[in-house]
Amino acid sequence: MALLRITSPHTHRAGRRTSWVMLMVILATIPGLIAQTWFFGYGTLINLVIAMLTALVSEALILKIRQRPIGFFLKDYSAILTAVLLALALPPTVPWWLTVTAVAFSIIFAKQVYGGLGNNPFNPAMVGYAICLVSFPVPMTQWIGAAGAVPSFSDSLAAIFGTLPTIDSYTMATPLDAFKHKQGMMSSEAFATVPGLQELSLSSWMWVNLAYLAGGLFLIWQRIITWHTPVSMLAALAVMAGFFYAIDPSNAASPLFHLTSGAAMLGAFFIATDPVSSCTSNRGKLFYGAGIGILVYIIRTWGGYPDGVAFGVLLMNFAAPLLDYYTQPRTYGHKKAKKGINPGGEG
Amino acid sequence: MSAEDTLAPDTPVENPAPSGPNYGEILYNGIWKNNPALVQLLGLCPLLAVTSTVVNAIGLGLATTVVLLGSNIAVSLIRNYVSEAVRLPAFVMIIASFTTCIELIMQAYTYELYQILGIFIPLIVTNCAILGRADAFASRNPVAPSALDGLMMGLGFTMVLVLLGAMRELIGQGTLFTDMHLLFGEMATSWRLEIFSNYPNVLFAILPPGAFIGLGLLIAIKNYLDEKEKARIAKEQEGQEKVSRRVRVTD
Repeated sequence: MALLRITSPHTHRAGRRTSWVMLMVILATIPGLIAQTWFFGYGTLINLVIAMLTALVSEALILKIRQRPIGFFLKDYSAILTAVLLALALPPTVPWWLTVTAVAFSIIFAKQVYGGLGNNPFNPAMVGYAICLVSFPVPMTQWIGAAGAVPSFSDSLAAIFGTLPTIDSYTMATPLDAFKHKQGMMSSEAFATVPGLQELSLSSWMWVNLAYLAGGLFLIWQRIITWHTPVSMLAALAVMAGFFYAIDPSNAASPLFHLTSGAAMLGAFFIATDPVSSCTSNRGKLFYGAGIGILVYIIRTWGGYPDGVAFGVLLMNFAAPLLDYYTQPRTYGHKKAKKGINPGGEG
Repeated sequence: MSAEDTLAPDTPVENPAPSGPNYGEILYNGIWKNNPALVQLLGLCPLLAVTSTVVNAIGLGLATTVVLLGSNIAVSLIRNYVSEAVRLPAFVMIIASFTTCIELIMQAYTYELYQILGIFIPLIVTNCAILGRADAFASRNPVAPSALDGLMMGLGFTMVLVLLGAMRELIGQGTLFTDMHLLFGEMATSWRLEIFSNYPNVLFAILPPGAFIGLGLLIAIKNYLDEKEKARIAKEQEGQEKVSRRVRVTD
């Protein structure tokens, strides 16, 4: 009998193999994918194809070097899921080599170097995203402006393969980026005048986020993820935003703006809930999600980058083992475990 | 009091003096088998911090090599006169003196490079590879092997620095040997190679994380080569054993 090494995510329901879970998560991104394609053009779809090909090739390559069964691991869809999440997170106009770099780095350095699926301490997709954000800040922060000028399929293709020099006419700052650089303007003034903060731009981002919310609710309904991480992350983000909005509404953005901009929903439901790199216990997930929400607000408001989901998730990945240690559920019939040094020696 | 008397009983002795120094082994140790950067993992702070270009790497590597060579010779010369208790402060004083010399020389002749390397030149004092060699080798060996050991350890360190610097410069900026005139004078300006034209700078490779990953890859390559070599030797020995067994049978 061959003993297959089954890696986490461990699921207890019969028939729920890793590949099924991964496939459902991929399917749940479809509403967001459609919304993003509708508002920002076909770039996301082209990126998706590039990302998937890169993921499969790099995963197969490393599995071959590591002398693991290639087909067995390729069929668990985890590499495809990493590729999908990256393609959704990257701007639709990034050049093809940027997508390839991000995906290859995710698969090779963030996942396979640590031992493949189930052994990676960090979310692979977010490692690839963070690497590219640090390395290529300019293409990584240019988004298609939703102001009525969505590029055609051929224009998207040309932008990605670097043959369209006029891509700048399509791109503008995202609402988060525009708000961050309002340079002393009052909030109301910025929302009235800055191009990236106009009604159309805001509403397209809102629809994209609502589509991810729908996909995320489907995942919770299917019990693929639990509600703890997304709810605590969004709640923490809303509380932080609400607190500072209440103190100074002329400089801070409203909680609604923060919840419906950038990668808030994608991050909360699809990225922070990665079963490998996040917390395992439900109480731990609450702290983990809240930590991400707080970090996202801090990075968005006072940090150097317009959005902070990637860095927030990566920083809380660091903390996940510690959170799990301190939030271990009590096993049935045992007293509450005593944590830390117990000088009295009682119990 | 001979060198052997000063040894603490439980400290490991590298290349004990009675059998005579084995220069080939010292060379092999410094460059490959016991490379300070790839195997001992000493002196990582400057290694990771300054290797963003080849010229930085060569500059710091040569400075470290000179300090290692000088301190190894000096420590070896005084090894029979310094008592066990005060040896470390004495070694650090020697290393600090050589570092100060190098710092002043670099300030005089390669001022721009001196400014780029900044705090990492004075920090050569704290490079544990140097104190490590002084204590583990130079303080218990005669001058000639100590000098060779210092030189080889320094060259091994420089080799890794330059490899890492080349990797990071190539990936980070798409060039090689940029700004070599900082170290080699005006004629080196034309050494700059632009490997990829129109290259988008990969900031990640120039930032510290790129150095960590680059060093990890270099260590992986070294281990891979060692494994291959070991496998080859094992195969050869197997072949020889078979031959000798056949000889015994006919005996």
